[in-house]
Amino acid sequence: MDMTIVDRIVELVRETSSSLPDDVEGALKRALRREDRGSSAAVVLKTALDNCALARKQGVPLCQDTGTLAFYVDERLRRKVTPATLKKAVAAATARGLLRKNCIDSVTGASYDDNCAEGAPVVHYVSPRSGKPTVTLIMKGGGSENMSRQYSLPDSSIGAGRDLEGVRKCLLDAVQKTQGYGCAPGILGVCIGGDRATGYEVAKEQLLRALGDNAGDPALAKLERRVLKEANSLGIGPMGLGGKTTLLGVKAASRPRVPASFFVTVAYMCWAARRRTIEL
Amino acid sequence: MTRLDFPYDERKVRALKAGEAVSIWGMVHTGRDKFHKWFADGKPVGVDFRDGALYHCGPVCVRDGGVWTVRAAGPTTSVRENPYEPAFIAASGVRVVIGKGGMDANTLAAMKRCGCVYVQAVGGAGALYAASVKRVAGVDFLDEFGAAEACWHFEVEDFRGVVAMDSHGNSLFADVAASSGKRISELYSAR
Repeated sequence: MDMTIVDRIVELVRETSSSLPDDVEGALKRALRREDRGSSAAVVLKTALDNCALARKQGVPLCQDTGTLAFYVDERLRRKVTPATLKKAVAAATARGLLRKNCIDSVTGASYDDNCAEGAPVVHYVSPRSGKPTVTLIMKGGGSENMSRQYSLPDSSIGAGRDLEGVRKCLLDAVQKTQGYGCAPGILGVCIGGDRATGYEVAKEQLLRALGDNAGDPALAKLERRVLKEANSLGIGPMGLGGKTTLLGVKAASRPRVPASFFVTVAYMCWAARRRTIEL
Repeated sequence: MTRLDFPYDERKVRALKAGEAVSIWGMVHTGRDKFHKWFADGKPVGVDFRDGALYHCGPVCVRDGGVWTVRAAGPTTSVRENPYEPAFIAASGVRVVIGKGGMDANTLAAMKRCGCVYVQAVGGAGALYAASVKRVAGVDFLDEFGAAEACWHFEVEDFRGVVAMDSHGNSLFADVAASSGKRISELYSAR
């Protein structure tokens, strides 16, 4: 095992856990400027930003829920960055206090104190994205994961039919149902179509996209912009206490479906949207 | 921002209004799922909560040379304690409940009756809240409940939050749910 790579991954965990991506922190700062001075929304955003600055300075986890660790590894690195390499790094990061003991056996209730088990951390080998091979880590806490959901269209409870208009209603409903929970302002990763499992996988992958990235498909790009604007008009605000900023971004993709199924899957991410990429 | 110093007596707490930002200075005791179950089973909760604060929090605490330090101490979701909180408020005399996500109508009614408020802490801000803990004054139920569920006694400075439910029956969560519900109906009928 290449210990240089293990060390690089430990460093990736430390940076991801203690430092928000620039685009997310920038969006929180812009959101703070939009809110009224002295409002609940402004107090919440200021507290979140102060927390980020402190965590970065001290190199400590910005949120105590260090979440599910999911690595997206360029498939060209399959031999260099194996699941065993990643486990070794996660165990080392846990021993150094960079991660909470956050991995429980679902049958016995026992803790895996090094955060490693079969399927933990989660590892995906993905098609090359850029010139140099990369490893991306995303840390998603339980509070936000509990707010992810999947709709099956048509859904008469919200009057959502099998078209983009129906998808829009699902996304607004997901934001409405998340109020007070999930630590707003959040980001929606969305998959339209696919089977149920693919839907959750692709929706979560959209959370890897930078906030400034628009969908390649013009219809999806338009949907992303519209839902972002409309969700922010709901007035739910940071931590659900009211305000102008409920979402920081909407990132949508689509997959083909069979005629009988039409799933809309939403991966909800909290403001503590910890993701980071390194080149190896 | 309104400064709230321990003891959080009834007069100070009744003066707080939903939507008001507060900075808490003094003792705060953590208690979450196992703590509430323990209370509901009729067992003694150890510490005196009268004019005190209860924090729904599972902190990360480390012991270094016999001294506890807090690494992360953000709020956990409060809704799980709804079945127990009205009785706990009435029995304990607690004046401030701190957590995330708000609590139900029964709890709001108990807050009105007894003189208690709910303060929404900022979820995700674990590092900042850990830094606001100036001293760990002690811990109860460490062996019984484990570190994340134990009842920690924190002395805090400038612990920031927003009064989301006050002692006059007002809840920001209910207000936001009503106004956002109205707005989403408009958006659904728009094309």
